[in-house]
Amino acid sequence: MATAAAVLPSGSQELHVLAVDDSHVDRKVIEKLLKISSCKVTAVESGTRALQYLGLDGGKGSLGFNDLKVNLIMTDYSMPGMTGYELLKKIKQSSAFREIPVVIMSSENILTRIDRCLEEGAEEFLVKPVKLSDVKRLKDFIMRGETEENGGSRVNKRKLEDDGHPPLSSSSLSSSSSSASAPSSPSSPLSPPPSTSTVAPFACDLGTTELPTSPLHSSKRSKFCNSD
Amino acid sequence: MLGLGADRLRADMNRLLAFLFHQGILDEQYLQLQQLQDESSPNFVSEVVNIYFHESEKLLRNLRSLLMDREFSDYKKMGIHLNQFMGSSSSIGAKRVRNVCVAFRAASEQNNRAGCLRALELLEHEYCFLKNKLHELFQIEQQRVLAVGVRYPMQN
Repeated sequence: MATAAAVLPSGSQELHVLAVDDSHVDRKVIEKLLKISSCKVTAVESGTRALQYLGLDGGKGSLGFNDLKVNLIMTDYSMPGMTGYELLKKIKQSSAFREIPVVIMSSENILTRIDRCLEEGAEEFLVKPVKLSDVKRLKDFIMRGETEENGGSRVNKRKLEDDGHPPLSSSSLSSSSSSASAPSSPSSPLSPPPSTSTVAPFACDLGTTELPTSPLHSSKRSKFCNSD
Repeated sequence: MLGLGADRLRADMNRLLAFLFHQGILDEQYLQLQQLQDESSPNFVSEVVNIYFHESEKLLRNLRSLLMDREFSDYKKMGIHLNQFMGSSSSIGAKRVRNVCVAFRAASEQNNRAGCLRALELLEHEYCFLKNKLHELFQIEQQRVLAVGVRYPMQN
């Protein structure tokens, strides 16, 4: 499912994201999330393909010119063959690509897994399902990094600490992980702006766009909020 | 007015969605998918859901054939299928299906074959129910689009 990135017009600020996930469903969703956030996306189905694309497998790779440069790599953790963790290690071992931020995505928030990834140099660990707000936050962070000199301190931020409460999806995850007592970085550039953190998780991501309008919708919505 | 049938259908759709949310069959991730649908991808949700159906049915077939094998012992492989199923289910907001996968995986980790068989039955049942409801949802949406006839610009 790799799509060739078009040559950017000069001065364009579009981020190019390489997304790696073995799930077709997830690839489609992450691709859309990124496109809606005005990012260019190349989606591949495995770590091996990702390395091939980058040219880290000994081949030439598909990156010929500077403007096809990858600005961010988002990879699923659990993949057959090469895991996201192994892919992360390979990227960080490469002098050409180690500066590219790598974000790990996983449907499970297992603390040891998170720690391992962050220690290996992952920028962030996102618990799936990934939301539009996650992508926006990432994009803002990367754009800032691209335009100003990096402060140097790595942001080791766990998604759980985001809005001051765990995302709803993580609350129903397996009990194998204790609730994260991870150190959070209050001054981290990845902290969401205050306006989103006070909104209830359900309404948070929907705040900007409503479902197709109808006078019936506003009353129905409160029903959704109350359910569960 | 052309709009009347469309309004009624929209009400039907909302009622069905409210029901699915209330029963915990879908969660807010489904709404997130709807938010991603726009003019450039007007069928985004149904496309994703169709991919999900396709993947899920393959996984269910694999799970069943694993368990039906008398000499079955590869719980690890079953766990891999289950992880995939769990992941894609949570990606579309299929909360109940996902939760059954979690229980299924627990049985699998205990090498509990009988428990796995029971979980598989439940999983197939939940999946079928979800699929039927989503088909119903898309059908109503299709009818609504036809009833409207003309695409109104999004107001807000």
